[in-house]
Amino acid sequence: MATKIEIKKFNLWYTDFHALKDISINIEEKRITAMIGPSGCGKSTLLRSINRINDTIEGVRVSGEINIGGTNIYDDKTDVDFLRRNVGMVFQRPNPFPISIYENVAFGLKVNRIASKKGVIDETVEESLKSVLLWDDIKNKLKKSALELTLEQQQRLCIARVIAVKPEIILLDEPCSSLDPVATQRIEELMMQLKEKYTIVIVTHNMHQAARVSHDTAFMLLGKLIEFDVTEKIFTNPAQKETHDYVSGRFG
Amino acid sequence: MRKTIDSIIETIIFICGILSIVFVVMIFGFLLKEGFAFFKEFGVISFITGKLWYPTSDPAKFGILSLIIGSLLVTAGACVIAVPIGIMSALYISEIAPSGVKDVLKSCVELMAAVPSVVIGFVGMVTFVPLVRAVFDIPTGLTAFSGSVMLAFMAMPTIVTISEDAIRSVPWSYKEGALALGATKWQAIRRIVLKAAMPGIIAAIMLGIGRVVGETMAVMMITGNAAHIPHSIFEPVRTMTATIAAEMGETVRGGMHYRSLFAIGLVLFVITFIVNFIADLFLGKSKK
Repeated sequence: MATKIEIKKFNLWYTDFHALKDISINIEEKRITAMIGPSGCGKSTLLRSINRINDTIEGVRVSGEINIGGTNIYDDKTDVDFLRRNVGMVFQRPNPFPISIYENVAFGLKVNRIASKKGVIDETVEESLKSVLLWDDIKNKLKKSALELTLEQQQRLCIARVIAVKPEIILLDEPCSSLDPVATQRIEELMMQLKEKYTIVIVTHNMHQAARVSHDTAFMLLGKLIEFDVTEKIFTNPAQKETHDYVSGRFG
Repeated sequence: MRKTIDSIIETIIFICGILSIVFVVMIFGFLLKEGFAFFKEFGVISFITGKLWYPTSDPAKFGILSLIIGSLLVTAGACVIAVPIGIMSALYISEIAPSGVKDVLKSCVELMAAVPSVVIGFVGMVTFVPLVRAVFDIPTGLTAFSGSVMLAFMAMPTIVTISEDAIRSVPWSYKEGALALGATKWQAIRRIVLKAAMPGIIAAIMLGIGRVVGETMAVMMITGNAAHIPHSIFEPVRTMTATIAAEMGETVRGGMHYRSLFAIGLVLFVITFIVNFIADLFLGKSKK
């Protein structure tokens, strides 16, 4: 197995608050890696550091490295727009743009100048919507506003939008937290399919979800990485006492 | 005792609330009464499409086409100037400016809204009008163009503040989503933020237009007030508002001339009503 994302001694501060402390993890290719921990432990912050979307927040400083494909994404020479295209992200609340379903999926193709011919865009839109199992439901209303979809459909659309630009890595920031259990289960099934092609990192505070879908799990607490191992080990036989207390439901 | 005070206060508040409606209805009723009396004698079509405005000659001619064109020309000119600048500065304030600059800019824009129109009028008259005359080498600087520029100053605060509101209320998650897909900051603003804010921006433009159409003092001082159909924006024009303001004092109460001015007021009222109605429509849409 090859390492896809290598996080080395990574620190992050929000102005004076030290949110991530000396994190080092190697995330493997084409697997699902879950990050768990109580609210405020820094799991979302770490995820948002992998595509540098944290850069948009004022007062953020970092030290250390995150290497993707052998280069440090925090290097001055990094093309951040290209990085974000290569490292897609799905957010906690579905955030489709207030434009048509079709335009939502085509957006990434257009802004990144991946395709400009209508035929090519049409094809990619169809392919992307098919791979999130949304195509059959909405193929007749592609011109409708994306905001008319149900929450689950919106979240699928957001995933399709990411897939359309052909990233290598997909970051999921609590993608099911605003969905009902049935929708959650279906999105989880989708994740299992997507891992064949993509390296997936998911943040969740639903421990059962982490146990169900992930191969590896990182447990974080107060900005530190406590333990990182294969999921089964984290949930059945963790090395650290804090991990054990958390996964057995004693706090969090 | 407390109950009585309560009901008294409630009644007072009710009366105050209802008063504004009563006033609007009364003003409209008065306009209608005088205006219709005029239309009955002169006819709506010949009033609106008539090219000559000679209210005091014999026989008098009451054609307001040149006044309507004057108003529209000055308004359109003001929009061409104020809309792009207004939207750009709204974008700058809400998306780009560092917070210190932002606060200063916002107060400046609000201050601009507080400048009385007569002040804009005379400042324009003594500074801008001679400049226009010299630069374009025309017989007079009192032109539709001068009026448009000064009115653009008056429409700008409305356009900037309301568009800025609309842009700022676009959910952050839209922009974040766009950036996360590899869009540059400008792509995210142009393709997503501006699109999402568009109903609010259109409402802002409409309210700006409403202000310009109804503006009287500044246009009266700097557009030259010649009631003829202009061939270019560099000729003097006369607006509907300026006509009413300039002539109302000389009319005989109850006479045709007097009533014709009310008819102009009615036309003006209809225009601003439509503009405000469209603005409301879009404001409602942007709130959703």
